[in-house]
Amino acid sequence: MSDTTDIDALIAKLANALGEHLARHDRHRPLMVGVHTGGVWVARKLHELLAIEAPLGTLNINFYRDDFTRIGMHPMVTPSDLFNVDDRHVVLIDDVLHTGRTIRAALNEIFDYGRPASVTLGVLVERSGREIPVQADAIGQSLNLSSHEYLKLSGPDPLGLEITDKT
Amino acid sequence: MQSPGNTFQVDAHGRLKHFLSIDGLERALLINILDTAESFAGVGERAVKKVPLLRGKTIVNLFFEPSTRTRTTFELAAKRLSADVLNINASTSSTTKGESLLDTLRTLEAMHCDMFVVRHAQSGAAHFIARHAAPHISVINGGDGRHAHPTQAMLDMFTIRRHKGNFASLKVAIVGDVTHSRVARSQIHALVTLGAAEVRVVAPRTLVPPGLESLGVSVHHDLRAGLSDVDVVILLRLQNERMQGALLPSSHEYFQYYGVTEERLSAADPDAIVMHPGPLNRGVEIDSDVADGSRSVILQQVSYGIAIRMAVMSMAIGSHAAADQEDG
Repeated sequence: MSDTTDIDALIAKLANALGEHLARHDRHRPLMVGVHTGGVWVARKLHELLAIEAPLGTLNINFYRDDFTRIGMHPMVTPSDLFNVDDRHVVLIDDVLHTGRTIRAALNEIFDYGRPASVTLGVLVERSGREIPVQADAIGQSLNLSSHEYLKLSGPDPLGLEITDKT
Repeated sequence: MQSPGNTFQVDAHGRLKHFLSIDGLERALLINILDTAESFAGVGERAVKKVPLLRGKTIVNLFFEPSTRTRTTFELAAKRLSADVLNINASTSSTTKGESLLDTLRTLEAMHCDMFVVRHAQSGAAHFIARHAAPHISVINGGDGRHAHPTQAMLDMFTIRRHKGNFASLKVAIVGDVTHSRVARSQIHALVTLGAAEVRVVAPRTLVPPGLESLGVSVHHDLRAGLSDVDVVILLRLQNERMQGALLPSSHEYFQYYGVTEERLSAADPDAIVMHPGPLNRGVEIDSDVADGSRSVILQQVSYGIAIRMAVMSMAIGSHAAADQEDG
């Protein structure tokens, strides 16, 4: 993608949209959680921009994937690091919302840590290709891509968006 | 003792298919097991102590020898992975009615099971079952005769890594009845493979098998010298049920010379940890002051055992799933 240098602008836009969404729904003292790996990179920046008090949580959804029976165990790098989510307003962050399967897995995992008061989903890029009914509450950018185009966030420093054609 | 078919445990892509012995596995795979266990270690502390990874899989604990700790931690590990678990205590089942091991195996296969965890008094039993089981079935050795107890060794390695970080500078003493101990054999293979600086075996002459040095260990018969400056002390249970013949005058005599007390432990590094696979014979191989003391990590070994068993179960079933996909 040509405008990779505008990642900071996208993150700022997402931070604004998230801030507004949380204020509009009276979701105070939120608990931010990033999905490994790209979601954590984005969440780190948002956590700072929105000055969230509670430490950043991270989710590794490997144990919740729906393709374990197809591809087996992934090598594990970083396990989930999440505090008690009971009655908290969780803000879930991922880099790219595509099929929706990652978010399905992440939601399942969050609920195994307790019963949150609410979950808000923020993504840097929302792209076409949903396979299950999942939608973001706040987004940095929307992209229409064909099924053979693959969008990936590279990072952590600097962050960049790349589109590769898988045909 | 060499295991038959070392490569048999690993598929063409280097993935764990069965977990039968440490012998023959590469360092990278052992580290992968430890890392995977690390990611499971927190599951027991969450509100829901379960992950859905092995949902819909059936795991059979096939125990031909009594065991409480190993069986319950395997059972708990399987349940925390959301698998369904069958516990078969073979000493009270059809094997006592004369059914052969292969008939038992075929019967369980007909129930569409995915994994067998096998404990047997005969060395090589888990290998035998792995060789004859249907291709989609994974076998994990939960202890076979005097041969191997690989998940116990890996949970010990996990405990050591948690406390000491790195293996490269470590001096480890394994104290006790090595001759009858499948745990010791697996520990020695694991420590040597992971690159521990020094592995010592400390035991009376009658409880050390000949040729043990060829595995890469040094043998000591004096406890104090054996414990000198070590970072890790691993005690073994005196296995009265496996002893035949007069190998020891008495367990009291054994404690006189080889029982680990606080006083004797002073020869080790001040930060040394003390481990024991359990069950403990207090006042035989270990003094109560040591077992309950600040350097004892014996109960942590039990907790870590669940994470290690979750790791090998999910890796083995996962590799079968992936292989099926590639074939299909």
